[in-house]
Amino acid sequence: MDYYVIEANNLIKKYRDLTAVNSINFSVPKGELFGFLGPNGAGKTTTMKMVQCISPRTQGSLKIFGMDPDTDGREIRKCIGVVPQETNLDPDLSVFDNLAVYARFYDISSREAAIRADELLSFFELDTKRDTIIEKLSGGMKRRLLLARALINRPELLILDEPTIGLDPQARHHIWEKLLKLRAEGHTIVLTTHYLDEAARLCDRLVIMDQGSILVTGSPDALVKHYIGMDIVETENIPEVVQYLDNAGIHYDSGGEVLQVRTKNPKDITDKLRESFQGIRIITRPGSLEDVFLLLTGRRLRD
Amino acid sequence: MKKIKRCKEFITGSYRVWLRNALVFRKNIRVNLVPPFIEPLLYLGAIGFGIGAYITDVDGLPYVRFIAPAILAASVMNASFFECAYGTYVRMYYQKTFDAILATPITLKEVILGEILWGATRGLISAISISIILFVLGLASPSGLLIVLPLSFFAGMLFAGIAACFSAISPSIDTISYPATLFIAPMFLFSGTFFPLHLLPQVIQYIALIFLPLTHVVSLTRALLTGTSDTFWALNITWIFVGILVFSFLAIRLFERRLIV
Repeated sequence: MDYYVIEANNLIKKYRDLTAVNSINFSVPKGELFGFLGPNGAGKTTTMKMVQCISPRTQGSLKIFGMDPDTDGREIRKCIGVVPQETNLDPDLSVFDNLAVYARFYDISSREAAIRADELLSFFELDTKRDTIIEKLSGGMKRRLLLARALINRPELLILDEPTIGLDPQARHHIWEKLLKLRAEGHTIVLTTHYLDEAARLCDRLVIMDQGSILVTGSPDALVKHYIGMDIVETENIPEVVQYLDNAGIHYDSGGEVLQVRTKNPKDITDKLRESFQGIRIITRPGSLEDVFLLLTGRRLRD
Repeated sequence: MKKIKRCKEFITGSYRVWLRNALVFRKNIRVNLVPPFIEPLLYLGAIGFGIGAYITDVDGLPYVRFIAPAILAASVMNASFFECAYGTYVRMYYQKTFDAILATPITLKEVILGEILWGATRGLISAISISIILFVLGLASPSGLLIVLPLSFFAGMLFAGIAACFSAISPSIDTISYPATLFIAPMFLFSGTFFPLHLLPQVIQYIALIFLPLTHVVSLTRALLTGTSDTFWALNITWIFVGILVFSFLAIRLFERRLIV
């Protein structure tokens, strides 16, 4: 029997005049790294807040560790670690004190807290910053400290809302590496992200949400295979090329400055295009999660 | 049994929130401890000894002895009120400290009670620093000072609770200046602080007794520190304790309405 850490059935969250989460179903088994993807306003953060037991659901059922957030919020939160989207470290305290103070909220003795804090600081390579004040840390260090803080209670479930937002590539890779290590240690991890490369690289399974609903569920590879299935040839969106493709009966999608042709035989199309149009820019690449995402959620800008 | 467990969790939770604020306060202790010592000295010097030189006795007391208890009470009010008005707002809105704490087993009720207890503690810290000054200058009865300290903590809870209510409904940090100038400032002047209440028209006396909680704190503090009697002591104490209950519950409700959506 599978042991689900989170089980949501027809979960609904309504605000006064807005349905933020519209009857979603998902379940996260123990040890999985599960992702929530979606444009702004898709309902990802709202879903996370319900899982964290800080926002009550409107309807439907939600079980975390088999418990109900409405009645066992405190017990559930004892076993959850949260990395918020916005930094909410204590700016007046040092790196170490941030962890030590946070540990008290979990009933962890100060001696035990000190041991765990030092362990976590070395795991996240922050030992040299132990006594630094928060405002002197870089964005990447703050994120790592938030992660360390989320682990202070040795949670069974780790929730991350946009864990690498605004970080440089080095810092992102560092966080990814740590997350994969945590998963390897058996942690169940749920994350939301806008970054599709991040989701593709990290998640065992993910859902794509839009306007409060889950559009698809699956592993990144399976989704790409199912929805794109082939390679993509990208070329310039100019009238001559459009006419050529129309005449040749080749199906394409146009997105702004580029035309995209999904094909099982990219070489054939590339050769034909090069023959007809001298010096045209052509890129061939495998289908990606981003293609699935745009296919399902459209190209319209969200606010 | 379950109720007892809940109650214990509630109290430890609030204590942990209090402790977090106390630790941050301790980190900046040099900056934090200077104002409570300097401010009362300014008032005592300028109003008590300066203006007081032109005033003979007030209700049979030298003027400086008359206002010393009021300065203590007003400092408790200011310290507690501003901590839970601006301090709480900053922790909730700007530093997102509440969000961080609410991700742990601590509940919002405990956060707010912890904030109010911390506001009261700020009041107590002010009361202690002024007590030292009054004791050294011989302006108050030493045994009275000992009773005034716990009273100051409860008075602090009252003003912290009122402040927390305003903080909970304030759309932005700027609007907190309304209660500060429209409520706290007049209360500072018209609660029998710098002149006895009975000099005011009867109607205003009633208004002060009903709507200005500082009146009750000043009158109890003055009785204790000058060794005089307080005709309204029962009303004073009742107002303070009922006020603590009402405003603490109201503050919790208002914060829940704002933050649990």
